Amino acid sequence: MRWLIILVLTLITACSQTPTPSLYQQLGGDAGISAITDGLLYEIEHDSRIVHHFADTDIERFRRLLAEQLCEISGGPCTYTGGSMAESHTGFNITLADYDALVGHLIKVMQQQHISISAQNQLLALLAPMYKDISYR
Amino acid sequence: MKITLFTLTAGLVFSCSCAANSKIIATGGTSSIEGSAGGGIVPWAVINGYASSGEMAATAFISRVGVDDFTLNSVGASLAYDNNWEWSVARQRFALDSIGGELSQNIIAVKYRLAGQLLYTALPQISLGVQYKKLHDFTLPQAVGARDDSGLDVYLAASKVLFNQVAGRNLLLNTTLRATKANQTGLLGFGSADNNNYRLMFEGSAALLLNYNVAIGAEFKQKPDQLAFADEQHWRDVFVAWFVNKHLSVTAGYVDLGSIAGLNNQQGYYLSVEGAW
Repeated sequence: MRWLIILVLTLITACSQTPTPSLYQQLGGDAGISAITDGLLYEIEHDSRIVHHFADTDIERFRRLLAEQLCEISGGPCTYTGGSMAESHTGFNITLADYDALVGHLIKVMQQQHISISAQNQLLALLAPMYKDISYR
Repeated sequence: MKITLFTLTAGLVFSCSCAANSKIIATGGTSSIEGSAGGGIVPWAVINGYASSGEMAATAFISRVGVDDFTLNSVGASLAYDNNWEWSVARQRFALDSIGGELSQNIIAVKYRLAGQLLYTALPQISLGVQYKKLHDFTLPQAVGARDDSGLDVYLAASKVLFNQVAGRNLLLNTTLRATKANQTGLLGFGSADNNNYRLMFEGSAALLLNYNVAIGAEFKQKPDQLAFADEQHWRDVFVAWFVNKHLSVTAGYVDLGSIAGLNNQQGYYLSVEGAW
């Protein structure tokens, strides 16, 4: 019994002392974020509900900025060089349905990339509040 | 019941591609026994189905609660628009298995989202709902002291999904305040001989989303105790909900309905199937 307690305590201590990888690492670092970004662009391109919002978008620039942003907010070694969310979405009138559609695509892509549920939810927690700056502008 | 089943099946087979279903899976909740979107026994602030802004959705459900001496069968359907409006109808048949006989009521309800978005705003999603309930046969409820055979429940619900809360999982919290005169949710009529006032009741739910498709949760429903002939107690349940896809969800639970019509410790199962289009 005593040994069991020691064993359990050791395991618990060992677990708690393992440094938690940053969200950036959990998303797969640079390669992971590139894959998420590309996956998201693919989904947008094939979604007639929202693709029209990107009609005049410089896709290469959008891709670079999105990757920068995902990298920065997840704690990676990047600096987002684009405009504020409110600025860059003004005039687009992004609706709740548009936002839901994009979040749905992000979830699908993260599932495809086998990102852990916890990392997915950490990223969603960072992105979800941007709704107020992005929607209906 | 057969028609509902047929509709469910037909709907699943010929699911309408014209209705966009943009909401994230599970965010429409399930159909409660009263037909309003929520958990099993508590209406939530969420709007039934998967219609986001500018979209329309429909749902249909059948559910059964089986406790020691009673069985509650519910069927119903709802329409939702714009993730703001929800209109629903439900029919409840409450079989008095050991006493003999049956009570039944129809429920017509509407819910409107006042503020907030379940996933996206710091403010919880807040909705106001009204449920009009009407008994088919008032004989028994009247005999045990109920005043009216129909009543109006008005509730204010607040629901919020908090991301990454328990073992990295998302947590849905809901509280509902309901003004009601209903005895046993209306199955035993409304008000009593010496009391016709609205009572304010608290209802709450918590659900942990294990992944996008499976949630486990618990609910509590405070109930008034107005009829002299027998005690009425609060209801509670624990449940597992499986959102198979955006067209089908199945919920199973364990319920404790306390004392009903003098029969104590009414515990048992809850099963519900919902189709959404």
